[in-house]
Amino acid sequence: MASVQLMHAQPVAAPHRAGVAVARRDPLVVRIGLTAAAILIITVLIVIPVVNVFYQALASGVGVYWNNLVGDRDTLHSILLTLIVAPVAVVLNLIFGIAAAWAIARFRFPGRSILTALIDLPFSVSPVVAGLMLVLLFGMHGYFGPFLSEHGIRIIFATPGLILATSFVTLPFVARELIPVMEAIGSEEETAAISLGANAWQMFWRVTVPNIKWGLLYGIILCNARAMGEFGAVYVVSGHIPGRTLTMPLRVEKLFQEYNNAGSFALASVLTLLALVTLFVKVLLERKTRRELAEAALPAAPERGGV
Amino acid sequence: MSISVKNISKHFGTFTALDNVSLEVPNGSLLALLGPSGSGKTTLLRIIAGLEVPDSGSVICQDEDVTQRNARDRNVGFVFQHYALFRHMSVFENIAFGMRVRKQPNSLIQSRVTELLQLVRLDGLERRYPSQLSGGQRQRVALARALAIQPKVLLLDEPFGALDAKVRQELRSWLRRLHHEINMTSVFVTHDQEEAFEVADEVVVMNHGRVEQAGPPDTVFEHPANPFVMDFLGNVNVFHGRVQNGRAVLGSVEVDYPEYPHQESRPATFYVRPHELEIEHAPNGAASLKARVERINPAGSVAKVFLMASDFGLGLNVEISPERYLELALKTGDTVYVSPRKVRVFVPEYVI
Repeated sequence: MASVQLMHAQPVAAPHRAGVAVARRDPLVVRIGLTAAAILIITVLIVIPVVNVFYQALASGVGVYWNNLVGDRDTLHSILLTLIVAPVAVVLNLIFGIAAAWAIARFRFPGRSILTALIDLPFSVSPVVAGLMLVLLFGMHGYFGPFLSEHGIRIIFATPGLILATSFVTLPFVARELIPVMEAIGSEEETAAISLGANAWQMFWRVTVPNIKWGLLYGIILCNARAMGEFGAVYVVSGHIPGRTLTMPLRVEKLFQEYNNAGSFALASVLTLLALVTLFVKVLLERKTRRELAEAALPAAPERGGV
Repeated sequence: MSISVKNISKHFGTFTALDNVSLEVPNGSLLALLGPSGSGKTTLLRIIAGLEVPDSGSVICQDEDVTQRNARDRNVGFVFQHYALFRHMSVFENIAFGMRVRKQPNSLIQSRVTELLQLVRLDGLERRYPSQLSGGQRQRVALARALAIQPKVLLLDEPFGALDAKVRQELRSWLRRLHHEINMTSVFVTHDQEEAFEVADEVVVMNHGRVEQAGPPDTVFEHPANPFVMDFLGNVNVFHGRVQNGRAVLGSVEVDYPEYPHQESRPATFYVRPHELEIEHAPNGAASLKARVERINPAGSVAKVFLMASDFGLGLNVEISPERYLELALKTGDTVYVSPRKVRVFVPEYVI
């Protein structure tokens, strides 16, 4: 009886499968409509503004553009300042991110889930609030303010404040990238390295880092992009001192407020260019990490058979 | 190097992984830790390697207490269950890793890795990456990597568990030969009794974090210390009968059981291995059980016959030689008489 039923089942199954394939393909009108809507939205919201930034910046010619960037001392300083603040914030988050990801991916401890949640906090807190928190802590009337000014240390309205604000806002990037990668890879290789005589340092550099390097780079890229573009938190702690505490985004806004559209767009185009480069590198890295995660999943599944 | 494990206990939260385990591994022997999953055998292996710290007890290697020493100072070669090969390193670099972290000279690394590649029959594959190797090849890389640090002891966690049947069989006899060649004290963990008996000189049967029995394979197989060992060694027929006055009684079958000389009758469990049962078409005078042939599997080196003894409501597994099978010309539905050549009787502990 069973075999008879089986023989019947096959011809019935075939047209059924074909029906699914047809159902999956939506009508032509719907497909064209949706695609057109997507293209329209992307054009209006992304392509036109980005192109416009470069158009406005270069409207009066390359010479003027160059002069707007290099000729203005404060603009030049803002580029320099961003090139200091962003890398320092990235390095701080790199250290924190690896430590946090390691703790969360490798150990089970009380407060682990709270730590996981806290890492995401900077994503949900408004950057302005983050900046205000720093002012409340380190400002002249803040908790540590009097102590700091006694010892001649300036944090608010100075570069350290900018770095702190940027670090806070970009805190989750590296850790968020690393936790899934480290969990997928597991700790077996690290244990193997120890059993083969490696010390903790050798294990980290020879086994852990090569395994997580693409995820790590990806985290750094994202973190850096956000660090360079950060506005809100930095705005609160900077004090808007031209030539001292204005990073690129702050300088763009300042120039714009002063009706210096050419200068504003010139600097904005530099920021946009950095963003485009970041995007390009990000896409490359995404391909790498995806491949790596897929490979990480492979050896974990042992070959079985013949049982 | 000999290893001796003394009174080791280990808990994970409320779970007792090891409960006062003691063990001797003689120098140069190949010992199997055999047990079902959760019996603590892997934990014990990891404690010997220094990858876990026992709650109490000590590990002594050649008269030296190494309990407090961490894994990297113990000079123990460990082969992980899923190999744990470094995925971003070539086969060569995987094997060389232990020597590189010890800062050994390049020329020495070159020559020893080449030598090991030959030993594990992987010459020519040194530039491959682990993902480009088959399971059996990965296993051998893991072994070569563990041997490269010239360990005094080799520990293997389920060395053949993740391989298919044919490769497993090959690697078993290869490991056995390799052990004779290098003659290194080795301990391996397995849940497969056949594997343990085929490869090891010494078998330690574990259950619930305790050692149930330790000894050479033939001793453990022929003289199981308790019902668990008997059961675990696989594929055994279990009967429930009684003991009284130095005799064990199961239906019409009666055997001597001098260990219980008492008058009072007590329940007992009878264990008979499939190959220790004899099948006859007619009762031949010896005490026997009547049974019906349910199913026959003649494929393999022995013919497997499944019987149903309706008097006891009991299924029986019997293994007979192919010659005997042809001689008997058994068919499904035949009524036959089964007599045991050897019976092991276990009387449950007295409960007062």
